[in-house]
Amino acid sequence: MLARRIIPCLDVDRGRVVKGTRFLDLVDAGDPVAVAARYEAEGADELVFLDITASHEGRAIMLDVVRRVAETVFMPFTVGGGVRSLDDACRLVQAGAEKVSINSAAVRTPELITAVADRLGSCATVVNIDPKRIRTAAGAELWEVFVSGGRIPTGLEAVAWARRVEDLGAGEIVLTCMDRDGTREGYDLEITAAVSGAVRIPVVASGGAGRPEHLAAAVETGRADAALAAGIFHFGQCTIREVKELFLARGIPVRPPPAVRSA
Amino acid sequence: MWDSSGCYNGPMVAIVDYGSGNLRSVQKAFERLGCPAVVTDDPQRVAEADRLVLPGVGAFGDAMRELTNRGLVAPLVAHIQADRPFLGICMGLQLLFETGREGGCHAGLGVLAGEVARFDLPPPLKVPHMGWNTVSWQGRGREWSGATAPAHYYFVHSYTARPRDADVVAGVCDYGGPFCAAVARGRLLATQFHPEKSQAAGMALLEGFLRATRHVERACTG
Repeated sequence: MLARRIIPCLDVDRGRVVKGTRFLDLVDAGDPVAVAARYEAEGADELVFLDITASHEGRAIMLDVVRRVAETVFMPFTVGGGVRSLDDACRLVQAGAEKVSINSAAVRTPELITAVADRLGSCATVVNIDPKRIRTAAGAELWEVFVSGGRIPTGLEAVAWARRVEDLGAGEIVLTCMDRDGTREGYDLEITAAVSGAVRIPVVASGGAGRPEHLAAAVETGRADAALAAGIFHFGQCTIREVKELFLARGIPVRPPPAVRSA
Repeated sequence: MWDSSGCYNGPMVAIVDYGSGNLRSVQKAFERLGCPAVVTDDPQRVAEADRLVLPGVGAFGDAMRELTNRGLVAPLVAHIQADRPFLGICMGLQLLFETGREGGCHAGLGVLAGEVARFDLPPPLKVPHMGWNTVSWQGRGREWSGATAPAHYYFVHSYTARPRDADVVAGVCDYGGPFCAAVARGRLLATQFHPEKSQAAGMALLEGFLRATRHVERACTG
């Protein structure tokens, strides 16, 4: 049975993990490589790195981070943030990323999705979709896709856009519901289930995880294929092991956490 | 390690490079096991390698075209037909078969009978089959994997091999029904999943493959 994936997400700014992590025993808890190795040891199923650096210089630093992570871990990871061209995507994969995620550029230039999928394969082509619940002038609710970190509305409806990116060649969608992002109140299960049910490619739930139960709900009620979280893992609200133990107890297929080594 | 004629005499793994992305993760996995591995697209070096690794992602037709353009098909097939140690990974498993049905109909290396076709699954099952799934090993696969119970490995693929000869199936995975997760014949092993991305279970399999194939005659005699 295919296991549901638990995916810690790391924001990286100029080569450093931002927002901090709880790994006090690491010599340098801001080093993405050290943090990645730690999450691998804890049984993370994949990792996602989001480059939040705006500068050109930051891009080169990120490539170096990707290379160093790839040298260290034996697990798949996705890199996103600022992927604007086929060259950007190819460079990240050549540096060792398994998958590349595209966000704002996918909205601005949808053909980029196809170009990346044709070159790197659909399996390596991830599109981030960030919807918000909006009231239209007529009073109806719209799940509108936003870009640039939730600042810029696009006019696109999330479910329709998800179908479109699938048609364009995306192999996976990371769905970050902006109303919940950072709240720790749980994922937006309604939007997640609607998007996951509308496409035939895997959907990763993102935005709002605060407790292990939220990740379980994302795959049960939200029908997500994987659950991504940042803050709860970084700040030690819970461990990947606790989430996996809850999944196992609820009969959700999951790759068991690594055996606890005796001291 | 190199003799006077410039021939490498150590146990050599050659990872076949046909432009299919980053091969460093495969190389790194062998290095971790203490086995030097070179990444090469040189037909001569491929012909002389003790062990060949054929990795790969992307599309079946593109992969065959790249192998052909680089003159790599003949040395690959000769290596496999001579039952020299061979490891295929993901696309490197699919290419062993006669036919690939990805974006049309393409001839593969044809060293195993059967074809490669897209998953045909009812909703809500998603394609690509992406993530960690268990493999039930049988025969030589059980011996090489060292797995006494079904273990999890990392898969990412939309197409699967359908061998005509059931005897070559070394591992079975279930996704909307059983499919071929690994094949073995003689000293050939190929996996649909990525051992180099599968943490301890993947490293155990690579180690088992290296151990089982450690006695290899030198192809290169100077």
